Amino acid sequence: MSAVLEQIFQVGFLAAIIRIATPLAFATLGEMFSERAGVLNLGIEGIMLLCAMTGFTATSLSGSLWLGVLVAVLTGMLMGALHALFTVALGLSQHVCGIGVTLFSSGLAYFLYRLIFGQQSVPPSIKGFQTLPIPVLSDIPVLGPAVFNQFALVYMAILAIPLAAFVLYRTPWGLSVRMVGENPRAADSAGVSVIATRFQAVILGGALMGLAGAFLSMAQFNAFTFGVVSGRGWVAIALVVFGRWDPWRSAGAALLFAFVDALQLRMQASGLGHIPYEAFLMLPFIFTIVAMAVMSRNAVAPSALLKPFRREER
Amino acid sequence: MPAPLIEMRGITKSFGAVKASEAVDLSVAPGEILGLLGENGAGKTTLMNVLFGAYAPDAGEILIQGRPARITSSADALAAGIGMVHQHFHLAPRLTVLENLLIGIPGKAGRIDRAGGLVRLAEISSQHGLTLDPNLPVSALSVGEQQRLEIVKALFRGARLLILDEPTAVLAPSEVDGLFSALRSMAAQGLGIIFISHKLNEVRALTHRCTVLRHGRVAGRVDDPANTTSAAMAQLMCGHEIVPPARGPSTPGADVLILDRISTSRHSGTALRDVSLVVRAGEILGIAGVSGNGQRALAEVISGVRAPDNGQMTIAGKQVVHFSPREVQALGLGRIPEDRMTTGLVTNLPLADSMVLPRIGTSAFSARGLLKPDAIRAFAEAQIKAYDIRCPGPMTRAGALSGGNLQKALLARELAFDPKVLIVSQPTRGLDIGAARFIHEKFLDMRAKGCGIIVIGEDLEELMVLCDRIAVMYEGRIAGTLDSADASVARLGLLMTGAEGKA
Repeated sequence: MSAVLEQIFQVGFLAAIIRIATPLAFATLGEMFSERAGVLNLGIEGIMLLCAMTGFTATSLSGSLWLGVLVAVLTGMLMGALHALFTVALGLSQHVCGIGVTLFSSGLAYFLYRLIFGQQSVPPSIKGFQTLPIPVLSDIPVLGPAVFNQFALVYMAILAIPLAAFVLYRTPWGLSVRMVGENPRAADSAGVSVIATRFQAVILGGALMGLAGAFLSMAQFNAFTFGVVSGRGWVAIALVVFGRWDPWRSAGAALLFAFVDALQLRMQASGLGHIPYEAFLMLPFIFTIVAMAVMSRNAVAPSALLKPFRREER
Repeated sequence: MPAPLIEMRGITKSFGAVKASEAVDLSVAPGEILGLLGENGAGKTTLMNVLFGAYAPDAGEILIQGRPARITSSADALAAGIGMVHQHFHLAPRLTVLENLLIGIPGKAGRIDRAGGLVRLAEISSQHGLTLDPNLPVSALSVGEQQRLEIVKALFRGARLLILDEPTAVLAPSEVDGLFSALRSMAAQGLGIIFISHKLNEVRALTHRCTVLRHGRVAGRVDDPANTTSAAMAQLMCGHEIVPPARGPSTPGADVLILDRISTSRHSGTALRDVSLVVRAGEILGIAGVSGNGQRALAEVISGVRAPDNGQMTIAGKQVVHFSPREVQALGLGRIPEDRMTTGLVTNLPLADSMVLPRIGTSAFSARGLLKPDAIRAFAEAQIKAYDIRCPGPMTRAGALSGGNLQKALLARELAFDPKVLIVSQPTRGLDIGAARFIHEKFLDMRAKGCGIIVIGEDLEELMVLCDRIAVMYEGRIAGTLDSADASVARLGLLMTGAEGKA
């Protein structure tokens, strides 16, 4: 076991945590914005997959990584708008529509991928994002190489956290988002458009889910496979609850999950070979379930979550 | 007389086949407090929702300071200087007072303008005596303070006309005085106020003029409310004379319900602390108090929904052991819960099912684990006839009935089994005068038959008319008990605010 403990404090291990946490942080922030406005987006898993695919494809065809990221973000916004159309404009069940969006997006991703790339014996890959050391900061011992020698998308995720907190807590739009998630009638009677605010929040959420997808296929794996998301979207939904719908706490939750995930990867690689590796794979999810059970007891969801808003109701 | 601040002409609005508002004219001048009177369903709230842009009228026009205005959303209404304090507050409980004020207000340099908001709040507070702590979450405010916040919110947005929908329904008598003086101060500064109520004494005390609605139309106008009798206004409201039910002298018998030092732990809402009460056969005991002072816990304990931590309860001489609804019902307790729609009955099931629900397992309605649909139907049909419940039939979805008819159905359901004790919460809330009158008569009939009745209510006038004795709850305790003959709004009001230890 001491070998495991030793590894925790290695630079490589810390860097792995940050890397694993990045797509989770994007996805969690995205889901959080949507839920703060009162819309649960169960489409997240499929949206991430579709964005991973469209981003990868755009890069593969054009050779431009940032164009790929842009396409992924736009895809996420489009799917967010689709979910909002069903749940906000039409007021349909958020659960059913979210699952519908996930199934539709996943199917579409497989279909388009086959259509564009056909069936190849070796899956196509791209030259993905390379690490981008930040001068001076990356020279800090331990922390430098772990945090400041990462992909550009990782830095974006790190910046996205305070930015999300600022937008949510300090801007009029963020206040509107919180208000429509707590009491849409109050927002409406204050002259705030509930429908527009919810649309915007869900679409912003979709954009962040797009970044999460782009990171997976363009920085982490540099290829698109059907298992590229593998439950990270579902985990993000749990992390939002775990993070009590707060950007800082949600990011912390993503980091904690990433820690357990990085740990189990190391444990797989270390001398505990007689245990089937699937057992280690379960660890982060067991952790999520336990953490949720313990922490979410006094977590209070936005009051209007899952509730569609219709004005002329008697 | 100054030009009207706002004028509504010929406003008509229908919901399906129901005309909620028909050719209504109404105007308010600056500095004027207009009373808008009417029974439930008379169209007061509909009319105000039209004015506030929540409903689009089918016909008619709105003039603001003489100019026609199109108000299709609350944003339009706010821009036109109309502010509304709804009956159910439009606040986000988990956000702070300041955040609730700043919602929808453009920020400064992309950020929420907190500093500007604080200055504006302080101005309004000092102008009208409406003080609030800006940093408290709304959930920490009392109901009266939340209402104050709603008023401040309207003024904050530059409202010139303030609409208050039944603002006193949630207040203690002492808070009502504070509200009235704030409203008078606003009117003195040239604001127009529409005060919606069905409490005639309040309307007479506060307003300069009244418009009375009945069945969606203007039934009459009163130019001098202070010098018009309540009886005359009530007649305008319901179209016929209203005689209060005559409560004869009580002849109380044995104790049918005894609560002995009942305490509950805090689950949700206010807990009970050492509550002792006695209800005798053939008397009506009122429980008064500002909402949220333990009335719900009391009703839940008596109906066996919640077991107390300490203390004992006896129904008709038998001690309650398990505190289950079935047990107290078997001992002879009937219960009409506070919220007809959620705890009273199942709105999506046929009325007949809801009417037998508490006794579904008894031999009257089921045998060998199977329902007796014919018996259920027959029971419901008999009650519908006996209580004149207006509905297409026993298989009508319960949720489709009006409040008055639902309340009759709930009453029928309990009274059919001759309870020894009846506990009722808010028996006439939301009912029109006619339906309320019917309910009151039934209570008096039961009282004459020797049933002990507990009425939990917030309307002091109603309690004083109906009850033989009135106990006042304050922070989970019984603050005092008065004989109705000795009770007055002032004395009860003091007990309700905890000001008086013993009456």
